[in-house]
Amino acid sequence: MTERGKILLLHGGVLLALFAAQYLLPAYHANNLARIMVLAVYAMGYNIAFGYTGLLSLGHALFFAMGMYGAGMAVWLVEWTALPAIAMGLAAGAVAAGAVGLLALRTAGVSFMIVTLMFAQAGYLLILYFARYTGGDEGFVVEAFGRRPFGLDLVQDGPRYAAAFCLFAVALAGNLALVRSRFGRVMLAMRENEARSRMLGYNPFRVKLLALVISGLYAGAAGAFYAMLFGYVGASFAMVQYSILPLLYTLLGGAGVVLGPLLGAGLMFYLIDIASGLTSAYLMVVGAVLVVLVLFAPKGLLGALRERGLKWLP
Amino acid sequence: MLRVEGLSAGYGAVQVLRGVGFEARAGEVTCIMGRNGAGKTTLMRAVMGLLPALAGEVRLDGRKVSDLPAHQVPKEGIGYVPQGRRLFGPLSVAENLQIGLLTRGRGAAVRDHVLSLFPRLRERLDQTSATLSGGEQQMLAIARALCLEPKVLLLDEPTEGLQPSMIGLIREVVMGLKAEGVAVVLVEQKVEAVLRMADQVVFLDRGEVAEVQPVAALRADPRPFRDHVGV
Repeated sequence: MTERGKILLLHGGVLLALFAAQYLLPAYHANNLARIMVLAVYAMGYNIAFGYTGLLSLGHALFFAMGMYGAGMAVWLVEWTALPAIAMGLAAGAVAAGAVGLLALRTAGVSFMIVTLMFAQAGYLLILYFARYTGGDEGFVVEAFGRRPFGLDLVQDGPRYAAAFCLFAVALAGNLALVRSRFGRVMLAMRENEARSRMLGYNPFRVKLLALVISGLYAGAAGAFYAMLFGYVGASFAMVQYSILPLLYTLLGGAGVVLGPLLGAGLMFYLIDIASGLTSAYLMVVGAVLVVLVLFAPKGLLGALRERGLKWLP
Repeated sequence: MLRVEGLSAGYGAVQVLRGVGFEARAGEVTCIMGRNGAGKTTLMRAVMGLLPALAGEVRLDGRKVSDLPAHQVPKEGIGYVPQGRRLFGPLSVAENLQIGLLTRGRGAAVRDHVLSLFPRLRERLDQTSATLSGGEQQMLAIARALCLEPKVLLLDEPTEGLQPSMIGLIREVVMGLKAEGVAVVLVEQKVEAVLRMADQVVFLDRGEVAEVQPVAALRADPRPFRDHVGV
């Protein structure tokens, strides 16, 4: 079978399994899976910046929150319906990433991490400061009238799962197309050797800015769908933990592998879910698992598989 | 073709090049020689715009390129293969070439021409570049630079650390490029290679041009090699 055939078969199979899961899994796990798919889209966006372009950001919570607040506030404040509100969320994520990138990409490495972290913290503080419009610390509930795209009531489990699946499927297809495109190759080149890429005529700033905007678009989409599917918008989603989570998902599943974020998000979600049921010190369990992972599979689970034979994994 | 005039450059407060000037003509190989620390690699980097020029200028076919951003210089027609090759390791041979081709929007014809110079690469198009041998990696680094169809190609010690058969292949390619009219600027330390390939030699000494000699003169009187390179 050709490489292209294997890629289509694997990713098509994953989508088929996710589609079937809503009929096979109990409601609790199906709801969890819907949440995991949205978080995986967020981590996919992170993977585009970090895994494929080498941009280690600690500011992605800002892009996620911009998507969430962009969509949620459009419903809450101006009573937009679901589709334009979601579009607003996507645009907010991408614009925020572009604006942050214009300044932060003038730095690199640790400085880039710190600058992006500062932007995210500033965003978090602005949410608290403008509590009259954002709901401040308490956040706000997205009204049911704003959660009915195409007549589907996203408050219900079935439509919610379907919407999460559609988002994930589109994001996965887009991600595959991106990393196999010419621009995807240039992103990889930038990650591997920025100076050499410059010597081949590429403007690193432009390439990295575009990659960050695409990453922000994904994060914004995930944030907007999170608000629509689960009906709550809150300042806690703009905190630094939400910048670290997609990094952990990506590292666990495999940075620079398209399916890595899904695997990482799923494993981390259930690891926390199970460990928190056993002990209040569940973060220690999560930490121990991550240490083991770094020791035995430093490139993540799918990264390790790719090294050991599945070289065609995109 | 490539004219370097009064070029001064360095790293931070440390000035390495002082008023360097030479001309590299189409269809000729210009060798840059000098002792360690003479400024050979610094000169290459300064020509490419990777180091800001403190003074002087670089012109290609009369057009000033030394005030362009570094990523524009290859598009103007100057290719550079640095020491150490610096491939995109996880990418395949074909993908490395594709990244070179994309810069100027060139397609299959250029790729075929480049691969005709390196038949060994054609056999390894799907192979991850990090797994190539040292000689093959050097071929790929040169091939990738040629995908930009440069008028001038800067090669920084391309045969360093390679086995003799590979050195021969690389030298054949350099001579082929020369025959095609490319101006090759080559940092090289081996006198016999210089005498065989070069048309002129620029001797650098502590960041300054000590002498520029045609190879015919050096064959008759090889003293500059001893004076400026120590061989």
